[in-house]
Amino acid sequence: MSRLRYLVRKTVWLAVTLYFVITFNFVLFHLLPGNPVRLLARSGHLTPQAVADITRVYGLNHPPPVQYLIYLRDLLHGQLGISYTYREPVSRLLGQYLGNTILLLAAATVLTIVLGVLTGVIAANRRGGGYDSATVTASVIGWSLPTFWTGLILAFLLGVWLHAFPIFGMETPNAVYTSQFQRIEDIGAHLFLPTLTLVIVNIAQFVLVARASVIEVLAEDFMLTATAKGLLPRRILWRHAVRNAMLPVVTASALLISLVVGGAIEVETVFSWPGMGLLVYNSVLNRDYPVIEAAFLVFAIVVLLVNFASDLLYQALDPRVREA
Amino acid sequence: MVRPGTTTGLGAVGAEPRGDARAPGTWRGTEFRRVWRALTADPMGRTGLVLFVLVVTMAVAGPLLFPFNAAAISNSAAGVLQPPSARHWLGTDELGRDLFAEFLSAAHVSLVVGLAATAISMVLGASIGTAAGFYGRWADTVLMRITDFFLVLPQLPLVIALAAFFGQNLWIIILVIGMTGWATTARIVRSQTLSLRERQFVTRVRSLGAPNLRILRVHILPNVMPLIFANTVLVIGGAILAEATLSFLGLGDPVQVSWGTMLHFAFESGAIGRGAWWFFIPPGVGIVVVVLAFTLTGHAIDQALNPRLRSSR
Repeated sequence: MSRLRYLVRKTVWLAVTLYFVITFNFVLFHLLPGNPVRLLARSGHLTPQAVADITRVYGLNHPPPVQYLIYLRDLLHGQLGISYTYREPVSRLLGQYLGNTILLLAAATVLTIVLGVLTGVIAANRRGGGYDSATVTASVIGWSLPTFWTGLILAFLLGVWLHAFPIFGMETPNAVYTSQFQRIEDIGAHLFLPTLTLVIVNIAQFVLVARASVIEVLAEDFMLTATAKGLLPRRILWRHAVRNAMLPVVTASALLISLVVGGAIEVETVFSWPGMGLLVYNSVLNRDYPVIEAAFLVFAIVVLLVNFASDLLYQALDPRVREA
Repeated sequence: MVRPGTTTGLGAVGAEPRGDARAPGTWRGTEFRRVWRALTADPMGRTGLVLFVLVVTMAVAGPLLFPFNAAAISNSAAGVLQPPSARHWLGTDELGRDLFAEFLSAAHVSLVVGLAATAISMVLGASIGTAAGFYGRWADTVLMRITDFFLVLPQLPLVIALAAFFGQNLWIIILVIGMTGWATTARIVRSQTLSLRERQFVTRVRSLGAPNLRILRVHILPNVMPLIFANTVLVIGGAILAEATLSFLGLGDPVQVSWGTMLHFAFESGAIGRGAWWFFIPPGVGIVVVVLAFTLTGHAIDQALNPRLRSSR
């Protein structure tokens, strides 16, 4: 029963937040900045006829509340406007680029979580040792690294200098593949440096969260019981301590997504990875407002959904939340 | 009410058990001494302090000693992207300008943006946090919903969208970063205010008939100040990173070159492929050192002033 209530509460909060994001988007990009007709035309020289046409096409002749309703209706139909530079519906553009970004995000997130937790657990287990303090120091430095600059340095060292990995795009241009496997290999090679950059920059907090959480669990009474029962230390650590230390990691994972989404914009720019981030970068340079606006909306929705999923996961893992 | 081992985070614990009706001392000598001890005793705090002094000296004195002339463009291809030499200590950029002077003047811009944006975040976060914690009820609900909303929004895409719409001007960048970075502060300040509100010295002055605004000004605000201060130092690093990222993505002020803007031009002019390391390594190192300086000192100060962290040490 309470489980259902929790679910309902979280769903309502998700719906309210989504609605706020959409409205926020509308107010920000449709009501605030000056005259949209000027923005559209760039140059100020327009015939009155052209101004009237643009005003009608974009529905600017309606009062703001009506514009808002039109905006909501268009959004529900997946109409996000037309890109100024690509001359294509924004929704189609997003469809082309979103998949590549999700590939990058998934690779980076999974690797960050797995490697971060492993390092954190080992650091906690050897608390106070050289390995432990090295982890903390590395985490602090990792936190201070700008994502895009880390990407530039890796591109220079491993790409330009050592020629070990490609640093441009997703596939080798004009490549002829003899098999599908070869193509996957090529994409994997291109994926390596962007993913590595995101992992290096974001892994720090994971290590710290996992470490702190495991240290806390290791101090609990039931750990002493487990030792007294004569269980192997390795089993105690991985089966008893780590399992109980995973809750903060779930929370940190939700926060990670928000960071990785931002990081993807930087990394895709540096490595010209054909995803949403590169699309945003090009749109920023060309002041392609409909694309920038839609990209923000998509990023925000992705982050909201991941947060929602992590809330549900948290509840499934922690009986105390279920009761609350 | 009095738990052994816990502190108020503000002044000595010893004052509380005796039911002292005055607010525990806030920015008394002990606080300064504690911060100073935390900064000098801990190797991380010490490193941060040294880096901090180094960076501030560089950003303040650098542009005075080596003024950057943005118009001093090389008129031949031979002067462009030159490696370091006796004449140009850090080489030249894609227009043939001296990178050493550019680096120093960019340090100044990066620091100014970081500090100004943080100031905005702090004022917003502190007022929203104290208001929510102190007034409670519907004010708390509404303000915290707004805070949560800003917490879940991905900051970088939001900042990019705002900066792209409102223009490439240093003040707009400061405003945009400041207005999107206050949510964590508001949360921290709120929880501290909540716990202060129930303390004896506050309930006593309230029962004596002190008006809300006076309680806020005299008893609550001075007591959350140390926490806000510690948080400020930590937030500066994030603000500097945000500015660098925005500028790298081509949203920086074209007139006020920061480290991020330098990296944007290094990237756009193909310095990576040409191996012009003197162009893209120094600005990045600069960013890392500044952020590290603020993170390390902020961390040490936080350990000394944040009641939660202190009791767990």
